[in-house]
Amino acid sequence: MTELIKKHKWDIIVISAILLVAVISLTLVLAFRREGSLVVVSVDGVTVGEYPLNVNATYELSGATATAENPVTNVLVIENGAAYLTEANCPDKTCVTRGKIKYVGQSRTCLPNKLTVQIVGKDDSGFELVS
Amino acid sequence: MKKTKRLVTLSVVVSLAMILSFIESRLPTFVPIPGIKVGLANIAVVFALYKLGKWDALVISIIRVILVSVLFGNTVSLWYSLAGAALSLLLMILLKQLTPLSPVTVSTVGGIAHNVAQIGVACILLETNIIGYYLPFLLISGTVAGIAVGTAGALLVKRVNIKW
Repeated sequence: MTELIKKHKWDIIVISAILLVAVISLTLVLAFRREGSLVVVSVDGVTVGEYPLNVNATYELSGATATAENPVTNVLVIENGAAYLTEANCPDKTCVTRGKIKYVGQSRTCLPNKLTVQIVGKDDSGFELVS
Repeated sequence: MKKTKRLVTLSVVVSLAMILSFIESRLPTFVPIPGIKVGLANIAVVFALYKLGKWDALVISIIRVILVSVLFGNTVSLWYSLAGAALSLLLMILLKQLTPLSPVTVSTVGGIAHNVAQIGVACILLETNIIGYYLPFLLISGTVAGIAVGTAGALLVKRVNIKW
């Protein structure tokens, strides 16, 4: 056993270092998370809408694949301080299945529509590094 | 190695990588975080790296990414995947040549680099800074998946003894 450890000393060090970085960054993420106040919707990096998190509402969003006949590509719902996407016009529906977001920095992305929905705090510009 | 033999060998490993990618695309998503995946195709890349050499591994990796993106993905995912594959392979080649690390660890680091680079490129293209938020989850899942995939790759390297 000790020989095995000696032989794989560097492997053990590298794997432990990776896990250590993971634990530290996880602690930082959890320590600095706070509930957001705005939902920022952007398409291809351009902000197209900002919606307050404290107002329950449903918004129809137009992503990159929107056409004149089908202008709505995703549907955003804000409910009790949390935001989530209920509809997407793409087959994989990744953004829909990923659930609710409410903390600053959390986001949902719809790659086919180049659409991101991100939670920001009151004073954030929305593009700061959180955590 | 003769030209024909090399062509056939590379083709076989590319098809192995593609089959593994396909199986992975059929697996359900366990956790709702982008970038978290098993990385089965890394088995074939690690095998190529240790058995065929770094240039063949590079060729196999790039051809796999292009073919898989064309068949099961889209043009956007091609760029994420290429970035991931390139960084991952570069790191694996460096670790293999410069450190005494075992294939399992090399493969694990490569797998994590693949996922982190993919999310990184996605963040740059979409102009958001959410990578810090995903990092711990990517690292933890990448380590677990990487050790499993790396063990499979290392076994393959050890057991398959064909004279090329």
